Amino acid sequence: MTLALSAFDRSCLEGGEGPAARFAMRLLARYAESVEAPCFIDAEAAHIDGCLYLGAVSLDFVEHLVRLGGRVRVPTTLNVGSIDLIHPDLVAGDDTLRRAGTRLMQAHETLGCLPTFTCAPYQAGHRPPRGAQIAWAESNAIVFANSVLGARTNRYGDFIDLCCALVGRVPYYGLHVEDNRRARLLVRISTLPESWDEPALCAIAVGYALGRLCRDRIPAVEGLPPGTGEDELKALGAVAASSGALALVHVVGLTPEAPTREAAFHGHQPDEIVTLTAEDLRRAVAQLSTVPDGTPIAGVCLGTPHFSLAEFTRLMPHLDGPRAVVPVYVNTSRAVLERLEACGSAEALRSAGVTLVIDTCTYVTPVLRDLSGAIMTNSGKWAYYAPGNLGIEVAFGSLADCMTSARAGRVTRR
Amino acid sequence: MSRVTIPAVSLVPGQAEGPVLALGEPLSFWGGLDAATGRIIDRRHPQCGFTLGGTILLMPSGRGSSSGSSVLAEALRLGTGPSAIVLHRRDGIVAVGAMVAAELYGCSCPVVVLEGVREWSAIAPAARLAIVASEGDGSVMIV
Repeated sequence: MTLALSAFDRSCLEGGEGPAARFAMRLLARYAESVEAPCFIDAEAAHIDGCLYLGAVSLDFVEHLVRLGGRVRVPTTLNVGSIDLIHPDLVAGDDTLRRAGTRLMQAHETLGCLPTFTCAPYQAGHRPPRGAQIAWAESNAIVFANSVLGARTNRYGDFIDLCCALVGRVPYYGLHVEDNRRARLLVRISTLPESWDEPALCAIAVGYALGRLCRDRIPAVEGLPPGTGEDELKALGAVAASSGALALVHVVGLTPEAPTREAAFHGHQPDEIVTLTAEDLRRAVAQLSTVPDGTPIAGVCLGTPHFSLAEFTRLMPHLDGPRAVVPVYVNTSRAVLERLEACGSAEALRSAGVTLVIDTCTYVTPVLRDLSGAIMTNSGKWAYYAPGNLGIEVAFGSLADCMTSARAGRVTRR
Repeated sequence: MSRVTIPAVSLVPGQAEGPVLALGEPLSFWGGLDAATGRIIDRRHPQCGFTLGGTILLMPSGRGSSSGSSVLAEALRLGTGPSAIVLHRRDGIVAVGAMVAAELYGCSCPVVVLEGVREWSAIAPAARLAIVASEGDGSVMIV
């Protein structure tokens, strides 16, 4: 298939839009050919996942674009970095990481990106409307944008996301195309574990199972418990994009492209129907823990993806009573922190011993002070990646169980 | 000895030959690969602990986080990455990682796709493969 280029695309390739646009378009054209896109379309926004320092290549790439005089051409938000720029002492890493991490975040700002530094830009004031064609990176943000907002993006990764932002163009393939957004697989939840009183647990169990069973098929889910809202869908998508490569999930009756089952399947029949029972969901959740109940813990990590204001509201009542005996960390964005400061909650959280981690996340950079025990989390994504990233044991549980365990100093479930 | 040559789609050009590491399951490079050592660190992956350095890596597709491109490019910069990657399904994240390593550092890691099920199963048991990939066309040789 040959890639059809517009006059603008060609001008980029020939250097008419500057050397950075030329570099970006060359890489994009190659990428478009490798995914068999027929052409490019205009992008309305971009979200860049290049601020995490993953080695010299991260900095070499962005500083190369800065030297070429690059500027983004669409509103562009930034994912987390390696450093909490608000609390620089929080990250324990060596000087190389601190210097390179900070430089990397600043270099992105030099290119004109907005210093949002969050994996949940959609809860920090950046919500592309339904149908918007966007170039978003970061696996949870991608699922959320496609599924919950109804915006259209593929699973863009490092480098390509920034290339799209620099030329304001995105390859027209995959989930940018209406027909490719239809559900193929129907996942029905037949029974729910009776003891689960937080809808997030069910959402995460379903998300973990979806990642494992969908492969590249788009699922439509029926039977999530009442009370499933935006934050639960966020948690579902995040873990599904960890255990698998999910980019879009329709939830019948909840997400914008699935008001009905028929709408989710564009009037077709499902290729396959899978039923998940309470037992399947219990098993999925059990797989997210690497240690048994009763294991001593060295900390609790919340906020992966970044905690929303609503999630903080749900956390506050758990802070009443005796103090936690292990550190409790919550990752969130600058935008949410500002709201927390304004209403006095930030102070209340700090005096209850909670450490607020901004601009970054506890599983991608050395923040945790004590790794001598297991870490407990209410995030399926954190539970999935932390054992590999940090070399620790992990216990997964509901928010209530996490906070009970923080007081007990060991994995405790009601 | 007779060589079997199978045509493939080339995503990133280059040439390589080496021992095969065939992954039983897709691997997310981010969270799954330690770029410093080239070792698989995803504890849920059946081949956790294997190293990719110098291998012709056979993987059905990429998986998981979109940060995989950086980790692959960094591994290639450090010389701990695979010599070539053979995919069963096209994967932009894998291709971009290899492209950037070539653009910034001149590191070669050809990426080709074998979409046919017969072709894919034909190379799976091979111990050694040679990859030749130009712009658009490529081939995989059992050597």
